[in-house]
Amino acid sequence: MDNPTQEIKPLVEPATAENAPLLIPKLVMSDVAHGSPDSPEPARSSEPSVVRKFLNEKSSGKLADGTFGALMLVCALSLFFIVGLIVYVLVMNSRPSLHAFGFKFFTHSVWDPVSGEFGALPFIWGTLVSSLVALVLAVPLALCTAIFLLEICPQPLRAPISFLTEFLAAIPSVVYGLWGVFVLVPFMRDTAGPFLEKTLGWTGLFVEPNFGVGMFTASVILAIMIFPVISSISRDVMRAVPVSQKEAVLALGATRWEMLRMGVLRNARIGIVGAVILGLGRALGETMAVTMVIGNHPDISKNLFAPGYTLASVIANEFTEATGDLYLSSLIEIGLALFLVTIVVNAIARLLVWAVTRGQSQRHA
Amino acid sequence: MSALPKRSPGSERALKLRRSFTNHVVTALSIGSTILVLAPLLLILGYLFYKGASSLNLDFFTKIPAPVGETGGGMANSIVGSAVVLVLASLIGIPVGIGAGVYLSEYGRGQTLGNVIRFTADVLNGVPSIVVGIAAYALVVVKQGHFSALAGGIALSIMMVPTITRTTEEMLATVPLAVREAAYGLGIPKWRTVLSVSLRTASPGIITGCMLAFARVAGETAPLLFTAFGNQFWSWDLRQPIAALPLQIYTYAVSPYDEWHRLAWAGALVLILLIMISVTLVRIFAGRGMLKGGN
Repeated sequence: MDNPTQEIKPLVEPATAENAPLLIPKLVMSDVAHGSPDSPEPARSSEPSVVRKFLNEKSSGKLADGTFGALMLVCALSLFFIVGLIVYVLVMNSRPSLHAFGFKFFTHSVWDPVSGEFGALPFIWGTLVSSLVALVLAVPLALCTAIFLLEICPQPLRAPISFLTEFLAAIPSVVYGLWGVFVLVPFMRDTAGPFLEKTLGWTGLFVEPNFGVGMFTASVILAIMIFPVISSISRDVMRAVPVSQKEAVLALGATRWEMLRMGVLRNARIGIVGAVILGLGRALGETMAVTMVIGNHPDISKNLFAPGYTLASVIANEFTEATGDLYLSSLIEIGLALFLVTIVVNAIARLLVWAVTRGQSQRHA
Repeated sequence: MSALPKRSPGSERALKLRRSFTNHVVTALSIGSTILVLAPLLLILGYLFYKGASSLNLDFFTKIPAPVGETGGGMANSIVGSAVVLVLASLIGIPVGIGAGVYLSEYGRGQTLGNVIRFTADVLNGVPSIVVGIAAYALVVVKQGHFSALAGGIALSIMMVPTITRTTEEMLATVPLAVREAAYGLGIPKWRTVLSVSLRTASPGIITGCMLAFARVAGETAPLLFTAFGNQFWSWDLRQPIAALPLQIYTYAVSPYDEWHRLAWAGALVLILLIMISVTLVRIFAGRGMLKGGN
């Protein structure tokens, strides 16, 4: 080994019984010597590899990484900031009305800007009734369509039909309103209204006079608008049901409906409730289309043909015309109420949908 | 299942009949409801094309609204105004939305903070647009003292952020971990990996998300009612009220003049065509995004 010409050979030479034990201890010894904290790699640090040099020059890593991460965090935190800011601004601006009326604001049924009386009950009534009627109309249709698209529809038609139903969600609210004013309102007045009055008039829900504009027309428009939300989310939830569940029910001799009822709907019911609540959240906050067809009159009436008023549409209609601080702050308080209600409704719905689909996304990952 | 113990042959046949009858009824119901749901869509689109196409002409795209009582006029200033407000909204909303999505996917995965932010984004997505309008009014319009394009842009950008955040996150999640590890293995720092590897791989999907958010806010009227406010004349000034297509459609739709109704239909047709084009582009991009980012 002392011969300098032999120094490069041991690596290529097949390890024989004599030189192998000699070689290994020596390598180990040298590694320990280099790695000791007192002399950190004297040979290598004097001339670092080209790649390392390049990388060291290119970026010191830590600073850039930290800055970038912090920037992304700021973007993410801005979502909190936005929500917080909305709450702050709404609360601050509705203070005059909060002080003047307190909780009675939501139970008082007179809205008279001229005499300075503000009660939001008619709007709460209008919002709840129009949204619930819309749900009654939309939920069965949405569930049936979801089932159709998932189980019954022939494969080639599936993509175009689901595209069309989701396109309903892309149509702007104001276009629905425009269509509502010029097509749906006359139809409700001349065709559907009299029919409903004749068949369901005894319930007291459909009583003349029917002007076309009113609660029921608004509900129909809302139903069309929230349909895609409920349909597409309940479809996602139903798809999250494991295939083995469905196959197990089918294997017991169930028909398709029984399979859907026992294997799919029962497993997905929490998520479907979530989808429905999400639709409710959308309906509660819907503004333009409703404003254009509901008639905008603060009345509490059981008659669905009567004109109504919703929380969102009173803001849309009267905000720019509001004179006086109390009037404006009352409208902003209505906005605050709407905001808090939709936040709660959406939070519940999201939690329910997550409860069902969370397992699925983990399985995918 | 509960009917199993009963075993007389007659009742079994009746049960079988009833079961298959129910099955057929449900099938028919779901086919019927799908048709019933597609009907309003086709009606709306059909009516829109029928009414809108007859009112569309060159004047619509080149002239500003005519005074009451005069025929003619167009919505040129509204189209330009919408573009100004939307560009402003995109400039604010897209970077913030993508940044938040990157945080959720690359930094906050599995952490409590990440989950809470994701939840906030979902909830913010459901906030009524009119409430966002009030917030922008109180924040910008009150400070400035008058309605402005800037306020409209800010209101719309708030609406864009959550959608973009969630799509960005979902698209980044489809980028395989191996691709990132390969970048780390080359000694590339994390920020560079995120920018040049993860984001680039997921870019078709992220563009899709941005266009969806864009299409969604393009038709929004409620948040613009008391922020951008509308304007009958040309305006480029961000500090002044500006016209917007959805606002103009609303104003004309609730007006008592036939001439204005005609223009409202034409405006709605243009709006829906714009949205249709972007949604179709999204479909194309989305298909590619899945091919590239998936598996």
